[in-house]
Amino acid sequence: MGCSSKGCGTSIDGLSYLPENIREKVENHPCYSQEAHHFYARMHVAVAPACNIQCNYCNRKYDCANESRPGVVSELLTPEEAVKKVLAVAMEIPQMTVVGIAGPGDPLANPDRTFRTFELIKEKAPDIKLCLSTNGLRLTDFVDRIKDLGIDHVTITINAVTPETASKIYSWIFYNHKRYKGIEAARIILEKQYEGLQACVERGILVKVNTVFAPEINGEELEELSKKVRRMGAFLHNIMPYVEGEGTVYQKLGVRPPTPQELKEVQEKCEPHMSLMRHCRQCRADAVGLLGEDRGQEFTKDKIIHLQVNYSAEYRKSIHEEIEKERAKLKKARELMALPLEEEGKKVLVAVASKGNMLVNEHFGTAHEFLIYEVSSQGIKFIHHRKVTPYCHGSIACLEGGDILEDTISKLSDCEAIIAAKIGFEPRDLLEQKGIKCVEEFAYLPIPEALTKYYEKYVLEKVKTEG
Amino acid sequence: MAMYIRQENCISCYACEQECPTGAISHDEEGIFTIDPYVCVECNGFYEEAQCLAICPIEGCIVKLEVATYGCA
Repeated sequence: MGCSSKGCGTSIDGLSYLPENIREKVENHPCYSQEAHHFYARMHVAVAPACNIQCNYCNRKYDCANESRPGVVSELLTPEEAVKKVLAVAMEIPQMTVVGIAGPGDPLANPDRTFRTFELIKEKAPDIKLCLSTNGLRLTDFVDRIKDLGIDHVTITINAVTPETASKIYSWIFYNHKRYKGIEAARIILEKQYEGLQACVERGILVKVNTVFAPEINGEELEELSKKVRRMGAFLHNIMPYVEGEGTVYQKLGVRPPTPQELKEVQEKCEPHMSLMRHCRQCRADAVGLLGEDRGQEFTKDKIIHLQVNYSAEYRKSIHEEIEKERAKLKKARELMALPLEEEGKKVLVAVASKGNMLVNEHFGTAHEFLIYEVSSQGIKFIHHRKVTPYCHGSIACLEGGDILEDTISKLSDCEAIIAAKIGFEPRDLLEQKGIKCVEEFAYLPIPEALTKYYEKYVLEKVKTEG
Repeated sequence: MAMYIRQENCISCYACEQECPTGAISHDEEGIFTIDPYVCVECNGFYEEAQCLAICPIEGCIVKLEVATYGCA
């Protein structure tokens, strides 16, 4: 079986081991398919404010429009408002194929609001896929309702294998009309999470497991967790770095987030057992757009409330057909990613600036993030994205651009090259001083093709020997 | 005998309203939640503990009315 049985990372989305019928379910889902996330968008509707557990990494009090992390939301919607927003976004951003409910609390701690929203969306926009993200405490209670609504994707956040570790993560849970604390709470929630996972798998619902990784808390257990959820039938594991939040228990205790190196190491440990999601952006509970972007501000309550939206599934379908044509064209380029090259060469990290469609189509100065790929003679492997602050704000002179630029460069210091559609003179000089190559010549090419050409030309120096 | 919500601490998360067995908790359009002291029985006869207090994510947001009024129970 080897590679094909679990996806060795060289295939385009690492999901090649899935049976065909399941692959179909995920191939247009930006969160589940690494490849699809270049083309399709998702949105979260914030209809679920209540939560039934208290995680030590979460502070429900802190809520700010500039804060980008899960559980954060600027405005709460009623189910009716949420549907209005969904229809507006569906017409404005037709590549949006998935609507999820992920909070800001727990969707299943707000069953009335959550299911009412899903029912309304299903009625008005049946072509949109629905998904749900939960802490799992009440998943078994609602799994049949989830199944009946045709929701075939559920994400469960499971952070531990043993109650001892879980007790360091959850300060309390509210279960069966009672607040539980300590080891008792930990036991109940773990039992419920794994039971919920099993219940979903038994009903053919795809399960992705999210894990918040804090090295000092659950670092030792993640490999076992990855193995366990895989064994139980989850199809994807998303290990997310713990993000420090103002006023959380972890902040008070001085628990630190993992370094990028630690995250990479733990992912490498888990990867032989389980397909990992590497393109997660840990988005807000009200995020809108492609994974790397958030267009939520364009669809605030006051903007959508008076909108008259004429929903057209036909229009959306026509756009999706166009996207599929683009995807098909890129298929050949995608296959390059899995192709081992004939010549031996070293392994290099390359940063790519892209704003979607799997193309090198973003400028260095306006990029909000860089996609980091590891390129070797074994093929191309997507590692993760790195968020940066764009130092160029259009026509305004680059105020404080220097500091921002320094920060971006330090974040990319382990990369051999940056491939972007355009890189200005100023950053180019600084980047090259630091030994990072600036490559514009592959602008607007598909990313896999650009990376392969880069590797052949600059690492294997094929062109030189041929020329 | 009743529970009380300290407005300045409330994050309007709806959790308590959903759990209240007597329907004593309601909110206005602004998302300000209040407990009707004439309806609230602190869950006596329903559950072992006051449900609103048990699920509230903010320490010290929901207290017994006596505590809110006199500073102690």
